[in-house]
Formats: sequence, structure tokens, C-alpha cells
Amino acid sequence: MSAITRDEVAHLARLSRLALHEDELDQLAAQLDVIISAVAKVQEVAQGDIPPSSHALPLTNVYRPDEARPGLDPDQALAGAPAVEDERFRVPRILGEEA
Amino acid sequence: MLGLETHVELGTASKMFCSCSTVFGAKPNTQVCPVCLALPGSLPVANGAAVESAIRLGLMLNCSIASWCRFARKNYFYPDMPKNYQISQYDEPLCTDGYLDVAVETPDGPREFRVGIERVHMEEDTGKTSHVGGATGRIHGADYSIVDYNRAGIPLLEVVTKPIEHTGEFAPEAARAYVRELRDLVRSLGISDVRMEEGSLRCDVNVSLMPRGGTEWGTRSETKNVNSLRSVERAVRHEMERQAGLLDAGQRVVQETRHFQEASGTTVSGRSKEEAQDYRYFPDPDLVPVAPSAEWIEELRATLPEPPAAKRARLQAEWGLSDEELRDLVNAEATDLVAATVDAGAPSAEARKWWLNELSRRSTEAEISLSALAITPAQVARIIALVAEGTLTNKLARQVVDGVLNGEGTPDEVVDARGLKVVSDDSALGAAVDAAIADNPDAAEKVRSGKVAAAGALVGAVMKATRGQADAGRARELILERLGAG
Repeated sequence: MSAITRDEVAHLARLSRLALHEDELDQLAAQLDVIISAVAKVQEVAQGDIPPSSHALPLTNVYRPDEARPGLDPDQALAGAPAVEDERFRVPRILGEEA
Repeated sequence: MLGLETHVELGTASKMFCSCSTVFGAKPNTQVCPVCLALPGSLPVANGAAVESAIRLGLMLNCSIASWCRFARKNYFYPDMPKNYQISQYDEPLCTDGYLDVAVETPDGPREFRVGIERVHMEEDTGKTSHVGGATGRIHGADYSIVDYNRAGIPLLEVVTKPIEHTGEFAPEAARAYVRELRDLVRSLGISDVRMEEGSLRCDVNVSLMPRGGTEWGTRSETKNVNSLRSVERAVRHEMERQAGLLDAGQRVVQETRHFQEASGTTVSGRSKEEAQDYRYFPDPDLVPVAPSAEWIEELRATLPEPPAAKRARLQAEWGLSDEELRDLVNAEATDLVAATVDAGAPSAEARKWWLNELSRRSTEAEISLSALAITPAQVARIIALVAEGTLTNKLARQVVDGVLNGEGTPDEVVDARGLKVVSDDSALGAAVDAAIADNPDAAEKVRSGKVAAAGALVGAVMKATRGQADAGRARELILERLGAG
């Protein structure tokens, strides 16, 4: 398992919209490295006989009937919005990204 | 080389992962709940009907259906999804490796292309952002955005083709034919209303060129959100010409996302793909795997409708249509409407005539699709029956169509309310005939003296007096009788 580089942390931070300081990049690179090594240890134990899983429970095919039910009213829905305009969530403009 | 990614918005009653309504056109943020607003502690549960629709579409497209697959999170930061990810499928799509045959008209006759289907996967639609401020309402120059999450979470199926090669100069027509065939197929399944104008069918179009005599495909461009059949064709044609122009001039094609401009039929550069998206897909731990049993898949296979191409061939034979007549019907988007009118009892020739002439004219005038006209095939069949039994003339029937389109009720209600029945009863007609003879002594005299052709003017007068409701044939008989020329 190769060490996490500073550049990789910077890339992840940018994708996650986290503004990290230079010294935080180094600090987090070291911490992420520890986490990834720990996960890698689990992978060593779980060889071919244990299929990878995204769930703790062996469930499949859990479906909901296709019935519409009322949700929140607009006041409730918008209660947590940082700003509201025209019954819509108002958010800062997105710079340099596609619609 | 062509590649198409088509999003089909399903017509389920509720959203993909929550029970919010999916009705189009509701007031902003009135069809939202903790799940589709991503409030803490909420958990998505998949809509069984949406999974069923996905399997049925996959089967219709001759795909293999996965016996086990998962939903994945597509992570990105954009306010159209409040979760900061969209639930989709990534490396485990539900349906894979199918095909759809499409026919393209060429100067040398129809040519058929087999379009390979790479995959059909399930995902959820995003919310609708509007950009406020700035000059154009587009994202550049916007001051801020406002978001309506009613659409967020509506089930989508994404249908991705394999690279479509060998279409050559007919690539634009092939792209259009594919989208149309896919649309008709989805409609025949009844899983979506596939209204491109309402965005329930949306296309992304990939185009790349190979130099004549070359062996490798060039860089491709991806044109987003092409939202009508005509636009699909125009977008492909424009991209072919634009890329050929660049290559001929010794320049290179840049891999990028482009936006189609409806007004000019051209594409403009969007964001360059040099900084490739990193969506960090991973299996969604909130949702359990989808594992359709072989029995369920076979049950669904048994519910599949007749494929549109087979239906067209059958109707052509049943109705005795030439290839041109069938093509006119298909191009007018009238095939299913005529078929439904025939099912409601009308002769196919009459049904075809009404939909292709009078009703096509009305839809063109109203600038809506034929199927959006406020008249049902059953009502058209009833009007045809009323003409056939002599209750209406063609002219009166057109007035009945006016009434029905006007929301005045069924054809019979319109006939009663407007008093549109043909007057063939002799006593009612007799009065009008007498009046016509009295008012037109010159014409009457000519008829008396044997110039039977002059009766036309008198019939015209009768028709005018009865506002077109007279049985013209019977009126003529009465006139000739009265003037001793019968």
C-alpha cells in the first residue's frame, strides 16, 4: 500500500469542497495513510473465500410499493434552507461548472 | 461514430427512493420529503415498480438482466442534489448487452442498422435549478441560483448504446431513428409518457470521426440535453460538420462537453473535460442489492407488448398500406392513434384520413403533438361512425371536432348542443327548398327549362340557409322534384 501523497489529499479536498491549509494537507496525508493501512489489513484477512460486501445484513430485494404519499409542506421543506426565494432554495451561484 | 445516452423519466406514481408524488408541474418544493431533501436520519427504499419497469425495458431491448446488482453513489457537488450525490448504478447495471434495430430512409431505399445497447441502469433525477441575474439566464453571469427539488428523486432509466459505427453519412438520421424507436418502445411498455418537450426523454449525443482511409476514431465530443428528435439529428449533423471542418483545417478536436443551441442548430463549448470528473462511485450502503429471481424475470417477459416495429409491419399488412403510406403515418406520429381509432370501430382508411388531414392540421395550428390534441381515438371513431350513418356530413363533422377540441363534451354531446344533425327529413328540408326557389327565381327558371346544372345554386342556397346541415343529395332531389325536372 503506497503512502497517500500531499497532492492526493489536495485533490480530495477540492472534490469535497474543503478549504485546507498547507500544514493540514501534510497532517491529513499521514492520518489517511494510517486509515488506509488499517483497511488494507482487513483486506489481507478477507481473501477469495469472503466476498466483498457493502452491507452488514444479508438482505436483497427490499422494495416499497409505488404509492404516492404526502411529504413535507413547503414551509417545513424550506425551514432549513439558508435562504429562500420564490418557494425555492436559494444558493450561491456556481462558478466554472456546468449546469 | 455515434454514441447515445438517453434518460427516460419513469411514469411511476412515487419517486425512486421515497413516496413523494411525481406529478409534473406542481408548485415548487411541494413534492419533497426528508429522503429526497437528504435530511439527516432519512433512509431511501427502492420503488419496486421502477425496478420492474427497468427490467421490462431491458428485456424489450434484448438485454441480459443481472441476477444481482447494486445502487452506487455518484458523488459531486452541485445544488441540484441535496445529498451531494446522486443514487445511480455504476459497475453493476441491472441490464446489459442488448440491441435495437432501427431503419433509416436513404436515397437507395431503407437501410437497417443494429444499435448495440451497452447497458440500462436505474438512477434518480436531479432537482431543477434556475439561475437568477446575469444577462442570459444561463449559468455564466448568474448572481445566484434557486432550486426546486420536486424532480429530485424521480426514477430515471439511463439507456447507453455501444459505439454505433458504419452509419457513415447517415449518422444523423440513424441517431434520430434510434431515439424515435426507443421512445416508441418505452411508450409501448407504458412505463413513461416519453414527452421530450417535458423532459421525460432526454439525450446526450457523442460524436467522433475517423478520417477517410484511417483506422482509428478521433476525439469525441459529448453534446448534452438534446431534447427533440429533430434536435438529435441536427446536433449530430452539426458535430460531424464542425469536427470535419477542424480536421480538414489541420486542427484537433477537443474532448469536451458541448451544449446544443435550439435556435441555431449548432453546439457551443461547455466545460472542457481535461479535468476529468472524479465521482468516487461506491455502493450505496443505505440500499440493499437488487437480485431479481429468474421466475420474476420470466413473469415480466410474459407481459411484454408487441415491439413497435412488429406492430408497424402487422398494421401495414392489415390495413394494406404501401411503404410510403406507412412512412407518412409514422412521420406524423399517428400510427398508435389510428390503431386505437380502428380498435374503437372505425375503418382504417377513414381513421387514417382524419388523423393525417384534419387533426394533423389542428395540431400544427395549435403547435402541439397529435397525441396532445384534446380528442381521443374513441371520439374520432364516433365521429367517423356519425358520418357513415348519415347523421353528419364531413363539414358538420369538422364542426363537431371543433366542439370536442373546445372542451364542449363528447361528439354526441356536441352534436346535440350545437344542433348539428344533418337535416334530411323532408318536411324540415322542404321549407328550406321552397325558400331557396322563391329567393332565386332565375336559377329556378333555368332548371324548369331543363338546365339541371343550375340546381347547384339552389342546393347552395339550401345549404346556406341550414348552416350546412342539410343532406345535400336529398335537397337536390327535392328541388328537381318541385321544379318538375326530376
